[in-house]
Amino acid sequence: MSRMISYEKKDTPIHKLSGFTKLVFFLLWCMTSALTYDTRILILMLIFGAIIYYISGTKWKQVSGVFAAIMFFMVINLVCIFFFAPYQGCTIYSSRTELFHLFGGYYMTKEQLFYEFNVLLKYFTVIPSAFIFLVTTDPSELAASMNSIGIPYTIAYAIEIALRYIPDIQDEFHRIKNAQEARGIELSSKGKMIDRIKNTSVIIFPLLFSSMERIDVVSNAMELRGFGKNKKRSWYSKKPLKTGDYVALALIVLFFIVSMVITFRNGDRFYNPFIEK
Amino acid sequence: MNKKFGIKEVVAMGIGTALFVVLTNVQIPVFVVPNTFLQPRMAVLAFLSAIFGPIVGAVIGLAGHALGDAIFYGSVWWSWVFPDAIVGLVIGLFVKKYGVMNGEFVKVKNIVLFNVVQVVSNALAWILVAPVLDIIIYKEPANKVFLQGVSAFVLNIIIIGILGTILLTVYSKIVGKSSDLKVEE
Repeated sequence: MSRMISYEKKDTPIHKLSGFTKLVFFLLWCMTSALTYDTRILILMLIFGAIIYYISGTKWKQVSGVFAAIMFFMVINLVCIFFFAPYQGCTIYSSRTELFHLFGGYYMTKEQLFYEFNVLLKYFTVIPSAFIFLVTTDPSELAASMNSIGIPYTIAYAIEIALRYIPDIQDEFHRIKNAQEARGIELSSKGKMIDRIKNTSVIIFPLLFSSMERIDVVSNAMELRGFGKNKKRSWYSKKPLKTGDYVALALIVLFFIVSMVITFRNGDRFYNPFIEK
Repeated sequence: MNKKFGIKEVVAMGIGTALFVVLTNVQIPVFVVPNTFLQPRMAVLAFLSAIFGPIVGAVIGLAGHALGDAIFYGSVWWSWVFPDAIVGLVIGLFVKKYGVMNGEFVKVKNIVLFNVVQVVSNALAWILVAPVLDIIIYKEPANKVFLQGVSAFVLNIIIIGILGTILLTVYSKIVGKSSDLKVEE
């Protein structure tokens, strides 16, 4: 699948950071983005994200397809927000500045435009971090780093197995799909919805049952090698924390605290340019 | 606890998550409500939860959705990640009652129980948790997110109810076969 984002080995400062740092960074970043609605912080995060994206040396080609898909969904989403609640912005910012009349009871207001701009920003702040995290973190290092933030190693190992087997299962999926299409089953978007549900199950059945077999095979192999005998586990690909890691960790923690303070200072999570004047 | 949570569960979490991620792309769009799809992967989640139990189900839902979002869309929709974990968790809680591995899932009683549980879990996840998180995190308009939640609820119970039930019944017949010996007359 060309549209999938995957790890790529490179030599940049971001690649050199330990997986632990990047995981903590990613989670705190997502939390900040989820909690704040302060436009200034969101814009700062966007700029920050762009800088990190630049440093990480990610190519536009790697991400453009995905980016277009998100844009498409965002446009639909924003239009829908407007039709379902044209005055959501006015309620949030408790003021109303009408710009022009659209039709019926729909007026375009400054507050609504500003609110939807914030929604857009908010979605976009998460994008670069998730991209960069996946593109710059070695999957096996990810498991090591999950374990070091306190997630049980069985679960960390399960995630590692997942990342290891996604390409295999993807291949199998395509093989089954091609085989079924060769038998004349329509799987493209041309078919009717009911037919597509029926035809999708033609792929799911063999895929699921072969995966159940795979679970047996892999777990037997792991049992033979004595997995799970000890309480702890060491990781081959674990990187020790270096100066760069401490700097990055300090930065993100500081950023998180400062943005929380700014966000909640005046009682709600919104930056309100309409009332303060 | 340790006895029940063996190597097989760890591997099931891993492979199940991979399967869930791969199936992220297999979705049948419904154009009534934005960003809502009929997702065959939910049937797979229900299937695996009903066989391997609540922890496996919850992890597959959580990790599978977060990874799938990140890999295919480059962004994680946290408010819709947690509901998937809830569906897996709740369906998995009754793992012993379904009796899939004993070949008992062909009984009407077990199938009805599975479907009642899946409807309840989906209601909890999509009508309660997802919209509330959407409102808390994104401050989206309540009527929009509840409509999205309700449609996700309906679509998921359809896909789990049909595809999930069929998958479990067929699988139960296959694995339960060895115990089907009968005394010859």
